Amino acid sequence: MTPRTTAPPPRRDPRDVHADDASLLDRTTSRAVRRRSLRLLGELLRPRWRPLAWAGLLIVVGTLGQVAGPLLVQAGIDTALPALRDGDPGRLATIGGAYLAAAVLGGICAGAYVRAAARVAQSVLLELRRRVFRHTQRLSLEFHESYTSGRVISRQTSDLEALRELFDGGLTGVVSSLMHMVFTGAALFFVDWRSGLVLTAALVPAWLLTRWFQRRSQLHYREQRGASARLIVKFVETMTGMRAVQAFRREPTTQAEYARLGEEYRDANLRIFGVNGRYQPGLVLIGNVTVAAALAYGGWRVFEGQLELGALVAVLLYVKRFFQPIQQLGMFYNALQSAVAALEKVSGLLAEEPTVVEPQRPTPLRRARGELRLEDVTFGYGKGPVVLPELDLTIPAGQTVALVGSTGAGKSTLAKLVTRFYDASEGRVLLDGVDVRDLSTRDLRRAVVMVTQEAYLFSGTVRENIALGHPDATDEQIEAAARAVGVHDFVTGLPDGYGTEVNKRGGRVSSGQRQLLSFARAFLADPAVLVLDEATSSLDVPGERLVQAGLQTLLADRTAIIIAHRLSTVAIADRVLVMEGGRVVEDGTPQELVMQQGRFAALDAAWRDSVV
Amino acid sequence: MPPDSPERPAPAGSQLGTVASVLRLLPYVRPALPRLVGGLVASLGAGLAALAIPRVLQRLVEGPLAQGVAAHDYTALLWPTLAVLGLGVTEAGLILLRRNLVMYPGTRVEAALRTELFRHLQQLPAAFHDRWSGGQLLSRSMGDLGLLRRWLVFGLLQLVVSTITIAVGVALLLATAGWLGLVYLAGAIPVTIIAFRFSRRYRVIARLSQDQSGDLANTVEESVHGIRVLKAFGRGEDALESFSGQAEELRRTEIRKAGNQATVTTSLQLIPELTLAVCLMLGVWLAAEGQVTVGALVAFFLTAAVINGPVVDLGMTLSMTLNARTAVDRFFEVIETPNPLTDPAEPAELGEGPGHVVLRGVGFRHDDAPAPVLDGVDLELPAGTTTALVGLTGSGKSTLALLVPRLADVTAGAVEIDGHDVRSLRRHDVRRAVAVAFEDPTLFSATVRDNVLLGVDDDLPSETRERLLHEAVEVAQAGFVHDLPQGVDTRIGEEGLSLSGGQRQRLALARAIAARPRVLVLDDPLSALDVTTEEAVTTRLREVLEGTTSLIIAHRPSTVALADRVAVLSEGRITAVGTHRELLASDDHYRYVIASLEADWKSGEHDHDTEATR
Ligand SMILES: Nc1ncnc2c1ncn2[C@@H]1O[C@H](COP(=O)(O)OP(=O)(O)OP(=O)(O)O)[C@@H](O)[C@H]1O
Ligand SMILES: Nc1ncnc2c1ncn2[C@@H]1O[C@H](COP(=O)(O)OP(=O)(O)OP(=O)(O)O)[C@@H](O)[C@H]1O
Ligand SMILES: [Mg+2]
Ligand SMILES: [Mg+2]
Repeated sequence: MTPRTTAPPPRRDPRDVHADDASLLDRTTSRAVRRRSLRLLGELLRPRWRPLAWAGLLIVVGTLGQVAGPLLVQAGIDTALPALRDGDPGRLATIGGAYLAAAVLGGICAGAYVRAAARVAQSVLLELRRRVFRHTQRLSLEFHESYTSGRVISRQTSDLEALRELFDGGLTGVVSSLMHMVFTGAALFFVDWRSGLVLTAALVPAWLLTRWFQRRSQLHYREQRGASARLIVKFVETMTGMRAVQAFRREPTTQAEYARLGEEYRDANLRIFGVNGRYQPGLVLIGNVTVAAALAYGGWRVFEGQLELGALVAVLLYVKRFFQPIQQLGMFYNALQSAVAALEKVSGLLAEEPTVVEPQRPTPLRRARGELRLEDVTFGYGKGPVVLPELDLTIPAGQTVALVGSTGAGKSTLAKLVTRFYDASEGRVLLDGVDVRDLSTRDLRRAVVMVTQEAYLFSGTVRENIALGHPDATDEQIEAAARAVGVHDFVTGLPDGYGTEVNKRGGRVSSGQRQLLSFARAFLADPAVLVLDEATSSLDVPGERLVQAGLQTLLADRTAIIIAHRLSTVAIADRVLVMEGGRVVEDGTPQELVMQQGRFAALDAAWRDSVV
Repeated sequence: MPPDSPERPAPAGSQLGTVASVLRLLPYVRPALPRLVGGLVASLGAGLAALAIPRVLQRLVEGPLAQGVAAHDYTALLWPTLAVLGLGVTEAGLILLRRNLVMYPGTRVEAALRTELFRHLQQLPAAFHDRWSGGQLLSRSMGDLGLLRRWLVFGLLQLVVSTITIAVGVALLLATAGWLGLVYLAGAIPVTIIAFRFSRRYRVIARLSQDQSGDLANTVEESVHGIRVLKAFGRGEDALESFSGQAEELRRTEIRKAGNQATVTTSLQLIPELTLAVCLMLGVWLAAEGQVTVGALVAFFLTAAVINGPVVDLGMTLSMTLNARTAVDRFFEVIETPNPLTDPAEPAELGEGPGHVVLRGVGFRHDDAPAPVLDGVDLELPAGTTTALVGLTGSGKSTLALLVPRLADVTAGAVEIDGHDVRSLRRHDVRRAVAVAFEDPTLFSATVRDNVLLGVDDDLPSETRERLLHEAVEVAQAGFVHDLPQGVDTRIGEEGLSLSGGQRQRLALARAIAARPRVLVLDDPLSALDVTTEEAVTTRLREVLEGTTSLIIAHRPSTVALADRVAVLSEGRITAVGTHRELLASDDHYRYVIASLEADWKSGEHDHDTEATR
């Protein structure tokens, strides 16, 4: 992020969200961040220069149409009236016609501009939304754990809102205002260049004021973006954990915390209003003082006989008119500041590099056989302790492996390496002899599918949720998958069958049913390697049996890693791995391990004792 | 995240007029009213000063200055200059005043509304939160209230100032310009009609667009919460596609909105200008006829020019107002959702008690479900005992668990704690007496300490809190927290997802224990634990549960082992109560649900096929 360093900048720890929240940045960082943000804005606008230019043209023509009005009135009174008195109505007709034409042209252009501007703005927003979405999907889990969904949402909503305001409100005025000022200024120089110099002198304090505003508002807008993100994070988290908040009577504390964050956000807004509320009147003041100065200077010259009285009137009106659109310009600048601050955050998110990267030249893998090999794999989360030290493991294609071990032993971690949620810190994970880092995400995900420990359902229908495993699946296939895990009867019992909404996070179905539905997804996906992480932990015993019966057929010809605490699952496994502290401490068929009288035998005995 | 847009119900508040709808804000805005009015006055003043300056300039130059030049009196220059300077400073001062006056109401009202919304959402029960997507709520709290703030700060004042300017200007025209004024006024008829029709159409689109952005926010939220699933199935691209579809829909709505806006902009600019064109021809003709003076004609056009600005802006102001109105509607839609689960007007005092829980004929039906899940549950949890609740998946165990701490209300019958119907008590008292460990852990991205002590009062001395923390951690066998990088002060990632499944579950268990409740409800608390850890937890838990009334939902015999007695839930009612051994011997259904030795189930399977109604 810091420019002018030769060495590649140290990679930012994705866990460090505070860096994302900082508003008081040192000079170089601040510049770099701002440049990154402006670059993004440029990138978005450049390919749209044509529609932008068109919008600009429309506003220019529209403004001309509007400006023509008073001129034509003057012409009407000055020339058409005498002509009419002389009995010549032609002139009046011409001017009247011209006025009509100008009105129509101005009106149509103004309307067309609104349309054109919206089209540009909306296409920019759409592209940015898609970019952010795609990028967040690409980013690794490591990133998401600390960045939190609330922050992503705040990037996608309130930050983009700021950009939209720039297009909506600010941009309209700026072209016509600038044009207006340039023309008026030129005219003033033409009439009386000395007064023109007075005007130029006024630009100095205006520029200084703008610099002041820029610096202050940049800081405050950064604060505002940070405050709004924190507010959103709190909101999202509380809503997600509402049940726990209510059950543990946390309403007053969360309320107080939220109110505090709300006040922070409010104060940030107030500071912005404060700065802006001084900037705008400041500009007006500069304009008005300049008018007075022009009056004094011009008046003095009239007394000295260097200036005609008539010219003075014109000069003063020009000076006054020059400053008329200055508030609009100020407003535009304010909106720009806001949008740039928001884009700083968005571009910051876009600048995050996924730690799990897509290969440049992926090795194609059409049909995986499903042989898995872990070679000297060492892994730890982020900077944390090593979770898997030196793991060597081969799982031949077609084998069903049960992975057991105490909680926190690293079973899910192993699964996450095989499915490439994370990359090994050292060593390699190979699928059919190909390093998973050399496989395209497409190929890898087609070959290896995992049912995660957390059964997450999206809001939507039952059908849509199952179809996630295979979006092109027909209704019959979906039903077959549901039948295979034994959830079909339940689904048909729902009010709308497969079309029933499961509500937020699958709140409409019980946790066992949720697991079955996620299981059905995996059935439907039909991968070469299936990883099941505690996929039946919330099921009742009969349900688990049904699933196991289904699994036995499903797994006949594919590789599977089944993580389970219920040793009942082990019955269908060809091989059992016992993990302890990140190491595989026992490895063999269930029968062998029971004979060995080791850990597994003990576990098995305990398990048999516990069941009836 | 399929983009679901079932037929939306008619938006709440849509039957109200815009004014009536916005007036609902009055109680919130009232404290800010004086400042708003002050801002309005300052704004009008600044407008007048701005208008006055050019006139004054012209008058001064042509009047006193010209005389002064003739008389070579330099002081004649001083006064006009000072006057212009004074007016200019006044204008800037009034603008400063206006901005400073309105910034407080705008932001304060926004913040107040936002906390009010949050407060209300925290009161609403789980059923509401199940139904409402997070994105919709969030877009109300941020997007809509932000719109409202901007409207309060800019839109409202501009609306009033524009209206006043137009009214005064038109009155002036009518009074001074006769026929010309009438012609100009005639233009107001189509303008009003168009503005009216625009309002009606725009309101619908504005509502649609705000709803769609809520849905979009929701898709974003789910795509991040469900990122593991999306990654596991490699569905990132599909998610992007469906998101893009939604975003595209929103884009189209916005463009449609802009189209409407464009129409009204065109008309609001075109119609006054057209009438002015007519006025010009008419005026010149009248002047030629000698019916009006040239001076009057000039004055007419000058005034008309002043009115035209606000008329053109009216389109913007109007749409801003309509957006704000939609925001108000959406806000009140949530705020006016009645809370079915409130504290009674005269709550009974729970007092001390052993924690004797009775469910009497309890029935529960979800709002949108055809049949009740629970239908006549009679269950007693004698004080100090531990009862296991066993039933098939989907039999309603978790639902029942929610009824005890009154996270949901029964639809029939009653739940009593120490002789009090829970509905006659304050919710906080009930929930202080009853702690739950949910089946999914629901942790927060806070420190381990904050998560475990969630149900412990903040005002306890810190030693006590520390003791509770360590005891709870110890009982739940969550000693792993001491090995985390910062021990119990380690933040555990969003929803605790930087922990292993079993670790999360043990923290949730520790949280329930730390609250030291009278009644402990544990929903399948050991499902993610391995056998050894399970045993360790069970042993310690049994000691703790001594004296605490507990309800433990169980799928496994090993969990049932914690309990003194077992209740079987089937088809919405308790079909049997007894000890594990008794029930194994006497109850077929119980055997079917819990017995897992192969021999058992192979023979049992056929008998119970009909029963497997999952
Ligand atoms: N995302 C993460 N960030 C940091 N540490 C993690 C993360 N996920 C897991 N860990 C740690 O790594 C270790 C192994 O976790 P893992 O999830 O692999 O355990 P597990 O064997 O699946 O346990 P369980 O049976 O409880 O699910 C644990 O100590 C856990 O705290
Ligand atoms: N909001 C809802 N609307 C309609 N039906 C619902 C709703 N929530 C849950 N249900 C239904 O109520 C039934 C009971 O659900 P509950 O979560 O209590 O089951 P459970 O016994 O805890 O099951 P599990 O063992 O799987 O946890 C389920 O069939 C479920 O589909
Ligand atoms: Mg795990
Ligand atoms: Mg349940």
